Amino acid sequence: MSTTAALDVDRIRQILATHGKLPVAVDAVADDDDLYDAGLTSHASVNVMIALEDEFDVEFPDELLQKATFSSITAIADALATLEQ
Amino acid sequence: MTTLERPTHALSVDDVVAVAAEHADAVDRDARFPAESVEAMRAAGLLSASIPASLGGGGYSLTDLARVARALGGACASTAMIFAMHHTQVLSLSRHGLSSPAVADLLRRIVSEQLLVASATTEINIGGDVRTSGCAVELDGDRYRLTKNAPVISYGEYADVVLVTARRSVDSAPSDQVLVAALREDLTLEKTGTWDTMGFRGTCSPGFMLHATGSAEHVVPAPYADISAQSMLPSAHVLWGGAWTGIADAAVRKARTSVQKAARKTPGVTPPAAARLAELMVVHQQLHDTVHTAATTFDAHADDARFLGSIGFALSINAVKVTASNLLIDIVARALLICGIAGYREDSELRMSRHLRDSHGSAIMVSNERILAHNAQLTLVHKGVPGGGL
Repeated sequence: MSTTAALDVDRIRQILATHGKLPVAVDAVADDDDLYDAGLTSHASVNVMIALEDEFDVEFPDELLQKATFSSITAIADALATLEQ
Repeated sequence: MTTLERPTHALSVDDVVAVAAEHADAVDRDARFPAESVEAMRAAGLLSASIPASLGGGGYSLTDLARVARALGGACASTAMIFAMHHTQVLSLSRHGLSSPAVADLLRRIVSEQLLVASATTEINIGGDVRTSGCAVELDGDRYRLTKNAPVISYGEYADVVLVTARRSVDSAPSDQVLVAALREDLTLEKTGTWDTMGFRGTCSPGFMLHATGSAEHVVPAPYADISAQSMLPSAHVLWGGAWTGIADAAVRKARTSVQKAARKTPGVTPPAAARLAELMVVHQQLHDTVHTAATTFDAHADDARFLGSIGFALSINAVKVTASNLLIDIVARALLICGIAGYREDSELRMSRHLRDSHGSAIMVSNERILAHNAQLTLVHKGVPGGGL
């Protein structure tokens, strides 16, 4: 993982902590853990998407607005990487 | 309709519609289960219409099913809603459960025994969000145990199978849900309320405390989130839309009868109500187009999980439900005005009361407000336009 990606992961974790409304601490969620299994609701996931768009100054195109895109911290980082290129 | 009939069955769809029509007023008046219509659906093989032909079912597309729901809705709205809700559940099993031999066996039983399938998705104290559960599946070896306080189970007392949502395990988050197919013999239902409503009175949808214990193989392995987005919501909204189009058909038929009767009395003079009827036909056409387009869109993408899982599709399929119910309410109100006092009277052939009361159920039994609130969230990130694909 590149340095940039590692920094991205920290920012993603911060957003999940603020907007994810997870019933567990974000620190207890591994990068590849399923966020929906961890308690991310569809309602909260939309707030996470908006916060990510603001934080990373990107817009998720509709084809990325999928459950799979936001299913783990790694998946979010991968999606952001495709947008930031 | 005749193209959908299967020669092996004792009754045709038209026969079932005739039975539903015969008992519709009594079902409505007494708020009783339309037992005759459901028996007729069984005799016509209609309870397995949505099951793939490879399992012995009718192999109907969603478009085919919506057409049957519409035909039934023109006779008895409660029967049509039961047909719609049953197939919403059966499609959830057949589209997401086939990897489980026990679910495949259950689908074969639905074909051979024409089992009626109900659902328990809402839960008391969960705030009406069907995508979260409080109750949980407790696994004990190869058995599951589950207790759910359900505020509504439509035709629960008459169902052979109830599909129940619950958290995957006692340790799971509220959003980590599974679907459990609870068989009648595995179920106890204690009624916790009554069902004496304005419309859809024959759906018999009181609350129940549900206790179930059975084979752990009846817990559908697929995540409920996927079942809900890819099958349950789209099929429910389209099949309800079909049932509601049937209600609209019945109301419009009465309005047309009223106008044509007036026209025959004074040939050469167009009755004033004919203009109102022409306007009504425009709205009726909108309702048909809305539901039919949604059904064919689903059928064209039925195996495309990415399409069905997209926010654009969720927005559009929710819009279909809201549009269809609003149009239905408008249509029945217009038809009543066209029929005038004959529509207002209860002792007239043109009586509109049952359709009027049923029409309002479409916006209330599953709240348009709640659906729009959900869409409001999705609009915060969606960028596309209707029909624009992903």
